[in-house]
Amino acid sequence: MAAQIRVLRRRIKSTQSIKKITRSQELIATSRIAKARARVDEARPYAEEMTRTLSELASNSALDHPLLVEREEPKRAAVLVVTSDRGQCGGYNANVLKEAERLQELLREQGKEPVLYVIGRKGVSYYRFRKREVEESWTGFSEQPSYEHAAEAARTLVAAFMAGVDDSGDGAGEDGVQGVDELHLVYTSFKNMITQTPQARRMAPLEVEYSGGISAAAEPATDTEDEEQQNYPSETDTKGLQSIYEFEPDPDTLFDALLPKYIGARLYAALLESAASESANRQRAMKAATDNANELIRTLTLEANQARQAQITQEISEIVGGVDALATAGSES
Amino acid sequence: MAEMTVDLMSVERRLWSGEASFVLARTTVGQVGIMPGHQPLLGQMEEAGVVRIDGTDGNSITVAVHGGFLSVSAERVSILAEYAEMSDEIDTDRARKALDRADGSDEEGAAARARAEVRLKAAEASSR
Repeated sequence: MAAQIRVLRRRIKSTQSIKKITRSQELIATSRIAKARARVDEARPYAEEMTRTLSELASNSALDHPLLVEREEPKRAAVLVVTSDRGQCGGYNANVLKEAERLQELLREQGKEPVLYVIGRKGVSYYRFRKREVEESWTGFSEQPSYEHAAEAARTLVAAFMAGVDDSGDGAGEDGVQGVDELHLVYTSFKNMITQTPQARRMAPLEVEYSGGISAAAEPATDTEDEEQQNYPSETDTKGLQSIYEFEPDPDTLFDALLPKYIGARLYAALLESAASESANRQRAMKAATDNANELIRTLTLEANQARQAQITQEISEIVGGVDALATAGSES
Repeated sequence: MAEMTVDLMSVERRLWSGEASFVLARTTVGQVGIMPGHQPLLGQMEEAGVVRIDGTDGNSITVAVHGGFLSVSAERVSILAEYAEMSDEIDTDRARKALDRADGSDEEGAAARARAEVRLKAAEASSR
């Protein structure tokens, strides 16, 4: 009896300390969502301006940059998966990885070999456990990404992509480095506090989202944000809009410099959204865990009290019984 | 006096926005001074350069800009910087140390050196 109460008390105590942890995680996640969303907003003007500038340039340059041109026989496709560094965020990582698997399946069907690049410790361990090769990985910033991190990943990816230009057949090309022919990105887009969906997107060959308003003549304003993976047309419409812009240096050089930056900026936006999604998922998971802990503490306390009451009752009846027995023994003698 | 809207933004945030009468910047080709009504221009900025913005309120802002682009139209100037620091945010001691530490022999060291130099230049220009 006494042992049972002790066990119950111990369980209550450990549940309480778990609850403390989940509760504080929940609070941290809540404040991080707000911060992450603010950063998404702060990054927006740059992205918009970048798109505007690219639209201006697109109508002035040859548009034969390797990042824009569809390769004839794409053999290898890089897949960048954005996961989190820590767990305790519900189905966040599972969903992203599932989406990544689906994309890789699709690529294999199209005869392309997926090459994995991973951001976040959870993704790294997922692939390591399955003994799948990961080309390169970056960890340690999933919750608070900075542009430097995005730029570093973007540099590596663009370098791999450019190395793929001269690849022939199955072997590496003249430069001796086997590059990739396509860049894909799998991340979690943050729709609102309740909905975050994993998304696969193609980063290169690039689909520049031309802004329609400024260069009215430079149609079509292709809105491919949510289009399916393979539906990306290589839309490079150059007609219309005689620009009066002056370029320093010439448009083609400028374009070459701008495109990798554009990929970096888009990757940064994806990282920010993923960070916001991660925090939102964690907040939800930790809220549920805290609620469950509360419920568990309630039932355990009830049980412990019952056991305590039962013990007291038993002790009383034992004493009363003992007194009775003594009284009978005394009267008989 | 004519004026133009100037937006200075880095990838992570918008640094400054307002009315200005003059902008001085360096592209990879050379220095450009921009006044309201300038011909539309797109330029790539120097890897490490100082940008000066003269606001219409008489205040002048100096910024260290590390790589980026410049887009000019008649009444708008947008500066897209990869990294940018306002002169009053620059820690001159740190920049000086970075300058001492930077080894100009290899490519990376030279870039770090140029960045530190620009930081110092921007900080000095504003304190004058």
